[in-house]
Amino acid sequence: MSTAPYRETGNLGVTDGSGKLATSIRNLTKDYVLKSETVRALRGVSFDVPEGDYVAIMGPSGSGKSTLLNLLGCLDQPTSGSLFLGDDDIAIMSDDELADIRSQRIGFVFQSYNLIQQLSVVENIQVPLYYQGKLGAAERQRAVTLAERVGLGDRLDHRPSQLSGGQQQRVAIARSLVNDPLFVLADESTGNLDSVTTDEILALFDELNEEGRTIILVTHEDDVAERAKRIVRLKDGMLHTDEIISEQQRVAARKAQQVAVEELLKRQ
Amino acid sequence: MLWLRTWKLGTKSLALHPLRTGLTMLGIMIGVWAVIVLTAISQGASDQVQKQIESLGSTTIIVRSQKPTEDKLTGMGASKYGLLRSDLEQILANVPTIQNAIPIREIRRQFTYRDRVVDGRLVGCTPLYADVNQLVIRNGGGRFITDVDEIKADTVCVVSAGVAERLFPYEEPLGKRVTIPEHTDKYKIVGVLEHRNPSAAIGGSLDSQDFSSDIYIPIRTLRKRIGDTIVTRRSGQFQAEIMELNQITLQATNQEQVKSSAALIEDILAPTHEALSDTAVVVPLELLEQARNMKLMFLGIGILIACISLVVGGIGIMNIMLASVTERTREIGIRRALGAKQGDITRQFLVETIVLSFAGAMLGIVVGLLSLPAYRTMIWFVRNTMEEKFNALPAAIREAEPSIVYWTIPLAVAIAVGVGLISGLYPAIRAAKMNPIEALRHE
Repeated sequence: MSTAPYRETGNLGVTDGSGKLATSIRNLTKDYVLKSETVRALRGVSFDVPEGDYVAIMGPSGSGKSTLLNLLGCLDQPTSGSLFLGDDDIAIMSDDELADIRSQRIGFVFQSYNLIQQLSVVENIQVPLYYQGKLGAAERQRAVTLAERVGLGDRLDHRPSQLSGGQQQRVAIARSLVNDPLFVLADESTGNLDSVTTDEILALFDELNEEGRTIILVTHEDDVAERAKRIVRLKDGMLHTDEIISEQQRVAARKAQQVAVEELLKRQ
Repeated sequence: MLWLRTWKLGTKSLALHPLRTGLTMLGIMIGVWAVIVLTAISQGASDQVQKQIESLGSTTIIVRSQKPTEDKLTGMGASKYGLLRSDLEQILANVPTIQNAIPIREIRRQFTYRDRVVDGRLVGCTPLYADVNQLVIRNGGGRFITDVDEIKADTVCVVSAGVAERLFPYEEPLGKRVTIPEHTDKYKIVGVLEHRNPSAAIGGSLDSQDFSSDIYIPIRTLRKRIGDTIVTRRSGQFQAEIMELNQITLQATNQEQVKSSAALIEDILAPTHEALSDTAVVVPLELLEQARNMKLMFLGIGILIACISLVVGGIGIMNIMLASVTERTREIGIRRALGAKQGDITRQFLVETIVLSFAGAMLGIVVGLLSLPAYRTMIWFVRNTMEEKFNALPAAIREAEPSIVYWTIPLAVAIAVGVGLISGLYPAIRAAKMNPIEALRHE
């Protein structure tokens, strides 16, 4: 296991690989003021995510993992430091600009799927485009294509309540891709799923990453994290380790998952 | 385009809870219904009053005798009060704006023909009386009193349709002679009138007039044959009243002259009648203006009541939208995470309240328009099943015909949608201001 704590990327826009960055984080801090006491959730975190990367963010509770997730998702703004999405620093954006960034550059996949109950599968997939103001037939076609891509081509008009957890999460993944985001931000996306479904979802992430999608995965499960290319661990609001996962480890993790799946299938 | 899509979304969300949506709309619906129905009823009632006043004529001035209070009546035997013939002469001599004048004397009498008896009103008047009171001679029914009858003080009469039907059920009344037993005179019928609806009381000293049992004779004939003294028997006592005229109906040359003429007439009557206060001047034009003010007041009260129910409906909307915002906190979080701006969320909730209030208003209009035929059916039903009770109702209720005031419909819709917007604004802004992170975490 090659460990590389504080992997410095140097100047902005200069990466060790493909050239472009999906996101770049510099000295990010976030304080929460709770009554009299100030909680320092992030105390200066810096790292880059190049395009095509597959990063798992880990850390115990209280490590600032959720805070970092909210900042990466542009749902919150840092106290100091910068978070670049493309060329734009979210630290200096207005609420409406953040909303635009969310609809254009980020693909969310949540733990509890978070589909809108009164909308059908296709309509749910289209929501980010809807908030970009794009409502045409082409957008619908794109949503249908993505639904087919995640294997739900025969359930286009179903409601979320008519789908299983795994199916709902696949709708959520399709939705996260509809705006062709800089990265897919997955928050404990397999936390509510059994081994079989977890494997399906993670296999989908693997495929997407192979197609060139950047994926940032927040998880507390090691076997999920080890399928990523890289694990960023947080501790006490700071970057603890930043390790590259070797291909052997990833294969091993997939095999371990496979064993769990087979065991579960055998029991059923 | 965005609004259109939001509109579709709003109706979809409302359709998820049909009962809740229906109940919320009910509040607005009742409000709009109340606007339409209450204004229709007050319009109907005031139309009725206005029609009656207008039938008296807008240039008319009515001077009436009224019985003074007992303590003012002096003398042991006959009480003498009321308008005098000299009053009429004075008015005609001193008020140049008077076009014509009709002296009227009315006495309750019995009329007989052979063995049939009818109680009625003997009216002494001049030829113009027919025009002023819209009395129409029946087709082929002869003529009204003429100047010649008046000058000659002939014993001729014109009978109303009611008297004609009761005294002459099987005969042609024209040419027959009616007897008034107290005076043993016979009056030759020269004219038969069409039916005329009674005029309702219009307040003041103007009682309702029922023309259905009248017999009209020239006023000079009445004076000559019957005189001014009327003896009536009341609880064993004989009472005599001396009165020259019951009423003088005057017509001014034009509407502008009505009020000044009336004031002048009051001045002329004052020296002789002020002490006894036995006369009254009634100006239908003034009554008409009063009635118009009344109508506006009724309309205002109707709209006010309706607005109260609309506000109550608005509170219902606000209540339900606040509940809905809380319930859909997570949905709001999801939408915000996926790129909805605060304005998008506000718009989404506002569209829902607009749809709610607009649909409620539309239902209210439909129900409002349907309730008039329903009202007429109800009146018809009551009239035919409980005739006695129906006739005991005041004329204003019996005869009022609600008529929809059409400009209140857009007004009601505007108020309803406005109320919906205002009451939806706070919940919508509250939804938009929610922290998306906390909203997403909401269970």
